[in-house]
Amino acid sequence: MMNSLSPVIVGAGPAGIRAAATLVAAGLKPVVVDEAIKAGGQIYRQPPDGFTRPKSSLYGFESRKADRLHRLFEAIQPQIDYRPGTLVWNAGANHLDLMAPDGTASSLGFSHLLLATGATDRIQPFAGWLTPGVFTLGAAQIALKFQGSILGPRVAFAGTGPLLYLVAYQYAKAGADVVGVFDTARFADKLAALPGLLHGVGHLAKGMYYVAWLRAHGVPLHGGIVPLRVEGEGRVQGFAWQGSGRARRVDCDAVAFGLGLRSETQLADLLGCRFAYDDLNRAWLPERNLSGRSSLPHVFLAGDGAGIAGADAAELAGERAALALLEDAGHLVDRRRIALLERRLQRIAKFRHGLERAFPLPLADWGGAALADDLVLCRCEAITVGSLRQAACDLGVTELNRLKALTRIGMGRCQGRICGAAASAILAAELGQQPGTVGRLRGQAPVKPLPVVTVSHEDAA
Amino acid sequence: MALLQRVTETHRQTVDFILDGQPCQALIGDTVLTAVLTQRNRLRIEEFNGTPRAGFCLMGACQDCWMRTEDGARLRACSTFITPGMRLVSV
Repeated sequence: MMNSLSPVIVGAGPAGIRAAATLVAAGLKPVVVDEAIKAGGQIYRQPPDGFTRPKSSLYGFESRKADRLHRLFEAIQPQIDYRPGTLVWNAGANHLDLMAPDGTASSLGFSHLLLATGATDRIQPFAGWLTPGVFTLGAAQIALKFQGSILGPRVAFAGTGPLLYLVAYQYAKAGADVVGVFDTARFADKLAALPGLLHGVGHLAKGMYYVAWLRAHGVPLHGGIVPLRVEGEGRVQGFAWQGSGRARRVDCDAVAFGLGLRSETQLADLLGCRFAYDDLNRAWLPERNLSGRSSLPHVFLAGDGAGIAGADAAELAGERAALALLEDAGHLVDRRRIALLERRLQRIAKFRHGLERAFPLPLADWGGAALADDLVLCRCEAITVGSLRQAACDLGVTELNRLKALTRIGMGRCQGRICGAAASAILAAELGQQPGTVGRLRGQAPVKPLPVVTVSHEDAA
Repeated sequence: MALLQRVTETHRQTVDFILDGQPCQALIGDTVLTAVLTQRNRLRIEEFNGTPRAGFCLMGACQDCWMRTEDGARLRACSTFITPGMRLVSV
């Protein structure tokens, strides 16, 4: 039986790489499909060939972890079937539909599937957010890490979460003029979160270092703000916010913005994994237990793609889920190793609870009810907040997919990745309910746009 | 001033390409997005309100950075590398 195992791992970030290494150590040859051209995921993303900065400058405090993971992947590469630059655009019970870098489609069967699909920035729209020069925090970091470029040069960093201070620090060090860090969380939130944060002392110390560094270098740090608008026609010229009880503004050329991260769950959805609303992530997530098992016997989940816990947890969860896969396939596994991984994962979960208290999603004073009717919510198809409210009010919509059918929200090219959380908050606010009660946008294939030739080739096959 | 500024890794070889009919230069290893936004404030004009767009997530998720080539093909600027002689349109 064991010889017939054909495990497939989707994603080559910290979780996917650890999972692959664990399967290789057990004598298997997994297929590793990754959308990026090089392994590492977003956090340990490697620059293209010909870039020469050392890892210490690319990954800062995390450079040793990045280097270790990149080397591990290089070491196992002869023992895996690695498919970089490849999009998984659909998932069925026993196969994935792939699109290779040259646009050709193919089908890939699996006996076991391990999803390590990662995360993107979590967004709430606000006035002016479509202006060229407004990017996500992740985008700001990718420009620097992957392309040696910065937004700006005068940049406002707005939103909340650990990435806010990290990227502001990286930008200031790279020579950007950071005009301010605008945190929607209050200092009081961070104090209240301290007990939880002490479960991750190392990360807490790094976060405090970035804050202290920014302060020492004269970067204005604002807490408890509400973003009012991005100013400028055709490109960013300023950022306006509400803080300390009054409206204020600053000149800038770019705004980097994000409210923590959100999981990429589309493939788990297409596979039919059971989902549940998760209060911590404020999102619908595929159910997984500490072992990484999903509701489906042959599907395993690891890393930020099934709930945000960060890169260290992703490495642990990748290995843990791979061991679950091996165990379920009849291999002998090291129980002490499993116990150790689970203890570490539980400790990180406590830290993660602390983080969410320190950088809470500012729904109450900003999302949902606070958004103006004429605000464009959908970047893909210019759908406004008002049109959603009208559908909810006039047509009596109480569920998100119904709202999608009537307004097209979540139906554009991004499939609701950017607008979904906000659409859910708006509908819930309109109904006077919590976001978890209005359902979730169902995933559709293809999960990302494909050239028409790819699909037609597939149909002909 | 363009939306993106190069601050490091500028030793790379140059790549010639065409943007809106004008000859331009980028560096090998640039994405189309970097190649264009180091010289312009937009990648395209979006089809609903006619407003300029310049990308948003840079990691292939938001689909905001689609750009056209002169022959009508569409490419995602954040995840496509610039190649010599590419003829891009941002209007």
